[in-house]
Amino acid sequence: MKVFRDLLRDYRFMWSFGVLCALLFVSFLTIFAPDDPTLWGVVPRDMKPSWSYLLGTSSKGQDVFWQAAFAVRNSLIIALIAGVVSRVIAVLVGMVAGYKRGRTDTVLMFIADCFLVIPLFLIIVMLAMLVREQMNLVTMGLLLAFFGWAWDARVIRSQILSLREREFTQTAVLSGTRTLPLVLKEYMPFSTPLVFSTLINNMSWAIGMEITLAILGLVDMDVPTLGTMLQWAISYQAMLLGYWWWILTPIALSVLLFVALYWLSVSISEYLDPRTRIQRVGA
Amino acid sequence: MSQTILRTEQLKAFYVLDVYGTQKVVKAVDGVDLDIRENEVYGIAGESGCGKTTLLKALAAAIEPPLRLIGGKVIYRVTGERIDTDALSLEAMPEAEVARYMDSGEIDVAYLSAEAKRRLRWRYVSYVPQGSMSVLNPVARLRDTYRDFIESHVSGKTRRDAFGIAKEHIAELGLPPGILDAYPHQLSGGMRQRVTIALAALLKPRIIIGDEPTTALDVVVQRGVVQLLKEIQRKLENTIVLVTHDMGVQANVADRVAIMYAGKIVEEATTKTIFEEPFHPYTQYLISSLPRFGDKSTRESVPGSPPSLLNPPSGCLFHPRCPHAMDLCAEQMPDHVRLDANHRVACWLTGAG
Amino acid sequence: MEFVKQYLIPRLVQYFLVMFVGITAVFILPRLAPSDPVERTITQLRSQGSYLDPGTMDEFIEDLTEMYGLGGSWLEQYGAFWQRLFHADFGVSFFQFPTPVNELIRTALPWTAALLLTTTVLSWVGGNLVGGLAGYFNRKRWSKFLDTVVMIIRPLPYYIMSFALLLLFAYVVRWFPVSGGTDIGRRAAFNWPFIKDVLRHAFLPALSLVILGGAIWFQTMKLIVQNVNAEAFVQYAKLGGVKEGRIVSRYVIRNAMLPQITGLALALGQIFSGALITEIVFSYPGLGTLLYNAIITGDYNLIMGITVISIVAITTAVLLIDLLYPLFDPRVRYA
Repeated sequence: MKVFRDLLRDYRFMWSFGVLCALLFVSFLTIFAPDDPTLWGVVPRDMKPSWSYLLGTSSKGQDVFWQAAFAVRNSLIIALIAGVVSRVIAVLVGMVAGYKRGRTDTVLMFIADCFLVIPLFLIIVMLAMLVREQMNLVTMGLLLAFFGWAWDARVIRSQILSLREREFTQTAVLSGTRTLPLVLKEYMPFSTPLVFSTLINNMSWAIGMEITLAILGLVDMDVPTLGTMLQWAISYQAMLLGYWWWILTPIALSVLLFVALYWLSVSISEYLDPRTRIQRVGA
Repeated sequence: MSQTILRTEQLKAFYVLDVYGTQKVVKAVDGVDLDIRENEVYGIAGESGCGKTTLLKALAAAIEPPLRLIGGKVIYRVTGERIDTDALSLEAMPEAEVARYMDSGEIDVAYLSAEAKRRLRWRYVSYVPQGSMSVLNPVARLRDTYRDFIESHVSGKTRRDAFGIAKEHIAELGLPPGILDAYPHQLSGGMRQRVTIALAALLKPRIIIGDEPTTALDVVVQRGVVQLLKEIQRKLENTIVLVTHDMGVQANVADRVAIMYAGKIVEEATTKTIFEEPFHPYTQYLISSLPRFGDKSTRESVPGSPPSLLNPPSGCLFHPRCPHAMDLCAEQMPDHVRLDANHRVACWLTGAG
Repeated sequence: MEFVKQYLIPRLVQYFLVMFVGITAVFILPRLAPSDPVERTITQLRSQGSYLDPGTMDEFIEDLTEMYGLGGSWLEQYGAFWQRLFHADFGVSFFQFPTPVNELIRTALPWTAALLLTTTVLSWVGGNLVGGLAGYFNRKRWSKFLDTVVMIIRPLPYYIMSFALLLLFAYVVRWFPVSGGTDIGRRAAFNWPFIKDVLRHAFLPALSLVILGGAIWFQTMKLIVQNVNAEAFVQYAKLGGVKEGRIVSRYVIRNAMLPQITGLALALGQIFSGALITEIVFSYPGLGTLLYNAIITGDYNLIMGITVISIVAITTAVLLIDLLYPLFDPRVRYA
């Protein structure tokens, strides 16, 4: 694919794509994991990294490497669910608001503004506290999805508003195309790249929120995610006791993941933005 | 015949685009010779995409990547009493150039430093760009924009002085006095256009270059703009280089007209000659497609479409659309032939070749 | 008065509406949960091993119900809720019984406000200035270097950045204190030792917020400036030989700032959340740490109180910024 080859010229895309592939690979490895990740005491505790335990073991008696693999997998699952579901909401809201305009638009944008201005963190915390028992990967993803659509709905709406003024819209309307097929068929090609880059950003946000909620103890602490892993390490004073491998692994993985996702989204959106393309040209 | 104020020698300016590894070259201006004189209105006409705007940018010494000066020269004749000579940083130039300047007042733009060019701007040559409607800073009042231009080129003026100069200038040109207190968005498109033109004439430059100043305006406003241009030229006795595809405006304002096609000048003559005795087939099409009172015959426009400047045709660039094309036309590009003291044309129909 | 009608009124209306919706949401949420706060408190107490005398259990439940404002029908509760709000009465804290919630908030609020205000102003002004210059001189090496640095910093969530700074500067190199707002036992006074102490403690949290905030403003400003640079009026000023310093300040940055003002208003919610998270990491005595304690102890009144205050504070701040915008953009002032 020519697009892919062109993207690879950007060092950011190259690096981030590589890192993400590596992390995905690690996630798949969990199929071969020797033990149930929620169990404690399966291996000797607090062992330094060695050939038998690649990243050492934790004070809970778990292999840090396998915990990390599951953590990456679960965090990615949460992020994907949150990202995809919130995209669907954002696209629906954005497209309807942008196309219909008038009252519908005002109402929808008011709702979006509420979500934007109100400090969501606190609302999420409140909700998380209340559904603590039912919290698992999927519900966490859905919870985050419910709050992560507002910004991107606005972005998509702006785009639809400008597309609406273009000639091909008039042509389609005058030739009798109904609203839904028009919006889906004609506007989707324009919106897809936008949706994709906001998806990546949203996933990043979701992982960040998950870590924060884990630190606050609002998730199921036995399921390994990047957040829970970090939180266990902190509560067991891993830093103070010198078990650096246990605490640095989730931090390093998180940083890698965030930077990779971000670089991926930036390089893709720069590739797609006609204006920055012209700036790279000449001189 | 008055003196030359600006001339070019085989000017070549291309856009060089580097798109993911491959290089694409657009030959926007390909070998243009011009000889523009003092105290005249020189018009350049042609279709969209023929390279007019690029030519103007080259004339205004405003070439920036991805546009590049590939060959040829742009030469200003700077007359001493108007321009501060040490502003031109003569020390930085080669001996031969300095000698030539001392001798004839001519200076090759390529040898000017960035700062020297900046100093020449507005005092020697000013520019009215295409789409003048949006060239004014939206968050500044007009008088502040005028002040910026004054203070950047004339030292020793206080704010008051600058405002005073601006007001006087506006009044002289017959524009409403309170207009300088407004923000750009408060004015109509036509008024903004006139304000921009007035701004271009502010420091009494020797050359004013206008790029389609009447396009996108309704006819009534167009007339106002044209009158303003004429008024300025009359008062300052300077040169106006006017680019527009609107032959009606050319007829109204220009003393001489050059017809541009696909990056080259194909014909140049006095306005009267161009309209009454056009020689080049392209010029003939342009003139004959203009509506005339009482003439109800069908207007014919040029067949085909303008050539791609990325991939121009061989020989004479017009030959694919020319009704009189000969074999020679597909092979070789014709040179300019002088038909008259004021009339030259590049066409094999002249019989030269 | 056209301006007042078109600009001011809609915004005021929206301001009140958003607050209303937000506060109502705060009211509704606990009541929608599968188990109500009273049950949860009891469960929590039980799991912590407290002894609950079955004889007084009914009374206890009644007391809890009243404390959480859960008595009576929903409509009655709603009415009582708003009534108490107008007296800034958020009920009694569970975690620090019997201190009223608004007292706890009142102590913590100035810390958060001070931290937020200074870091937001610093990061917005600083980030925009540096970003603006970097965008204008975007071919220079320092600009590209900064760009790469920011590309690594920007995606990091507040928690990770704060934690990393904490590890680095409080554990690895012990330059700064690990936690708190002041050293233990120091009393508040307007003297230099106290101020110095506060600054020492606030430095790391502030640094974390300024770095992250600054990174965002830097990047967005750089992009905006690159676009503004290509605008017709900037090209024209260059063509007109206007001096470069003037172009950068009056043409480029002055115009690029406008979307950043709006951006600030939209980002306030996130910045606030980030500040709270940062406070938690450093045990800084602001709303963040208060919130953390509230969560741990299951103190619903406190959480609701903090949330309501936050909603009011942020929507008001957004309104203020919205009202300041016309000062900078004449197109809105004289429509």
